[in-house]
Amino acid sequence: MTVPSVAPASSTGEPVLVVESATKYFGPVKALVNGSITLFAGEAHALLGENGAGKSTLVKILAGVHGADGGHVTLDGQPVRFSSPIDAREAGVAVIYQEPTLFPDLSVAENIFMGRHPLRSGRRIDRSEMVERARQVFARLGVHLSPHRVARGLSVADQQIVEIAKAISFNAKIIIMDEPTAALSDVEVQRLFDVVATLRKEGAAIMFISHRLEEVFAMCQRVTIMRDGAFVRTAPIEDLTIDEVIYAMVGRDIVSLYGEHARTPGLNVLEVEHLTREGVFTDISFNVRAGEIVGLAGLVGAGRTEVARGIFGIDRVDAGRVRLLGQTLKSGSPLAAMRAGIGFVPEDRRQQGLVMEMAIDRNASLASIHELSRFGLIRRSSERRLATEWAARLHLKYGRFANPVKTLSGGNQQKVVLAKWLARKPRLLIIDEPTRGIDIGTKAEVHRLLGELVEQGVAILMISSEMPEVLGVADRILVLHEGRLSGEFTREEADEESIMRAAAGQVKAGVS
Amino acid sequence: MSVLESQSLGTSPRSSLVSAVLRFRELAIVVAVILVFALTYFKNPSFASVASVQQMLAGPAIIIMLGVGETLVIITRNVDLSIGSVLGLSAFLVGDLFAHYPHMPVIVALLAGLLIGLVCGAVNGVIVAYARVPALVVTLGMLYIIRGVDAVIDNGVQIEPSQIPQSFVNLGAGTILGIPTLFIIASAVVAVVGYVMRTFRSARDLYAIGSNPDAAVLAGVRVPRRIFSAFAISGALAGLGGALWLAEFATVASTAGLGYELNVVAACVVGGVAIFGGSGTVLGAALGALLLNTIDQALVAARVSSFWNQAVAGLLLLVAIAFDRYVSLRAERILRVEGAHHDDN
Repeated sequence: MTVPSVAPASSTGEPVLVVESATKYFGPVKALVNGSITLFAGEAHALLGENGAGKSTLVKILAGVHGADGGHVTLDGQPVRFSSPIDAREAGVAVIYQEPTLFPDLSVAENIFMGRHPLRSGRRIDRSEMVERARQVFARLGVHLSPHRVARGLSVADQQIVEIAKAISFNAKIIIMDEPTAALSDVEVQRLFDVVATLRKEGAAIMFISHRLEEVFAMCQRVTIMRDGAFVRTAPIEDLTIDEVIYAMVGRDIVSLYGEHARTPGLNVLEVEHLTREGVFTDISFNVRAGEIVGLAGLVGAGRTEVARGIFGIDRVDAGRVRLLGQTLKSGSPLAAMRAGIGFVPEDRRQQGLVMEMAIDRNASLASIHELSRFGLIRRSSERRLATEWAARLHLKYGRFANPVKTLSGGNQQKVVLAKWLARKPRLLIIDEPTRGIDIGTKAEVHRLLGELVEQGVAILMISSEMPEVLGVADRILVLHEGRLSGEFTREEADEESIMRAAAGQVKAGVS
Repeated sequence: MSVLESQSLGTSPRSSLVSAVLRFRELAIVVAVILVFALTYFKNPSFASVASVQQMLAGPAIIIMLGVGETLVIITRNVDLSIGSVLGLSAFLVGDLFAHYPHMPVIVALLAGLLIGLVCGAVNGVIVAYARVPALVVTLGMLYIIRGVDAVIDNGVQIEPSQIPQSFVNLGAGTILGIPTLFIIASAVVAVVGYVMRTFRSARDLYAIGSNPDAAVLAGVRVPRRIFSAFAISGALAGLGGALWLAEFATVASTAGLGYELNVVAACVVGGVAIFGGSGTVLGAALGALLLNTIDQALVAARVSSFWNQAVAGLLLLVAIAFDRYVSLRAERILRVEGAHHDDN
């Protein structure tokens, strides 16, 4: 990729924004232990860290979405505290999220000026002025977008341009971009770089969050690295190498939560051949054998969940096929996937895994309902029996089976989702983020359970954003980068650094 | 692909076609009205008589009025099902006022109707916007409550045509320069509200709320207040519609306006008001009402059994919704495939 050469910023003078030791707790979970960053006018400053390092929490504090529990934020030397997104906006902080928040039905110009439309006499909206100002902003950014066009159907890149135009139109001093390039193609990234260079020249401070390190090195003047919710170091970009950055992001020993295990996998259970969904993932081929856990790693937005959804038939694929035990699966049919013996534990158990208002036992039996019915009527007693059996096997903690499943803790909810699929005795279990939002005790139980399942010959495909989990649980690790396989590691070869490199698209290691 | 080309990604010919189609929805309805009119005229030339055309304009006037209010509500991703009942209540109470004060000026009668509707709409609005109860449930409840009240009043009060002053009846049945007064009033309401919806920030907030509620909050829109206003206005226009109903028919039964809410929602949807909020215009809704009424009359003029009227209206509704869905799926797909092709460069 080509990148524009940008002059290093002069980090002299007073900082625009200083964040010191910001903290944020969600219940007992420490999302941010020590968030610190200093921004100067005219610089592009990268904020780096692994998934879960606390970057997003820090951004949300600056955006006025979350209130900080501790620490100080000063803007132009004045202490500030944003209690709403409006506060942050009025103070001159603009946040551009990975998924832009536009009004799809309204014109591009109106999206920029919603709530702040230019007015003429009688407090009437001055449309021509609004369109003209939108044009001026686009001209300043050097992009061609029609202000009249509705926002629906804009590419993500153009949506981000609209968000940036919004930020400029209220003269934001600080523009925070949260993974703006994740969904962009190279040419679009190039255009974004040009826009950022323009903004810097005009004196804005840019905070840039990205997992693409080459972009960070091409665009930013300084880097702040976070790890486990805490500040690690800030340095000028020229003082660092990519290796040093990766080390600083990862550099910790893996907590030895996971026992040693040696397994001998059996025959192929799942074979994925050249699976492609246009614009989402491309040419994905791999296999999972009986009695092994394959980990699917990668950054947020790399397409891991999408691949899983493609295999299970939730989303249609444009090319390639999926075979289970040698039989080609009908594409686009979750029912066919279930009948063939695939279980799918989705990432978001509240939305996709459970019917929150429904009773615990009914949730557990949901995927086995055909097996439990006679003449099309569900036999309540069989349903109860199934739930009782699995509750015991999974050590489920519950009050009464008739209680809605939403009364359970996160870990126990996850056990109900697992019970639902395990009751079908799957040959392949796809499990997306098995322990997200689960306390450490239950987490170990879930891992132990996965171990037991593979002992019994089940094949498991596990997606996880938690590096220690991937390294500790999986026998083999596949890494996705922007919808393509960018690395494959055995348990022995794998370490955090090599996976991080593959996930950031730095190397192509041993793709079979 | 060069950088220059990539800069026009958002305005590829195909995706701008999609937005153009959406923008010219109103034009499509006008064409449909003319087409229906022309076809029926060839079959039965009396369809173009003065009386027939006047009926074509006066017939949908009250639905148009209610449609204007309903449009505001639907744009915010809500729905107001109580308007038919509110219309009936207002017609009754205004009639009763005439029974007690026969010399009440016309304008006072209209304002009384407006006020009665405003109160009902405000109750809906408070419950939906501030207590956050789904609008479907709230306004359905209100529909039955007010319909019940209508029935009770119907038992005690008789509105005789003789009690309604001629000046008021003229409003409902008269014409100015050959144009039905009812249609002029409805057009005025459409023009004023249509202008406001384009011109004031508070009205644009309604579109923002329906288009993306979370983004509306981020943009500083006072969401509950705006939703409340939409329901209050919808109620007020239904109340005004009730007074005009009394003027048109000079009598009121407990079934006045029964089922109107569905005709109105149908008119809005046919007129391009997206049922999931965020887009649509009051002009579109008014044209939708005009089209449905014209088809109704055309079927009568073409001596098609009146049983078919509703079937045709229903078919039109499905076509309109299918069209909207098709356009949005198309837009989505164009976006996904375009994105994919850029990656290949």
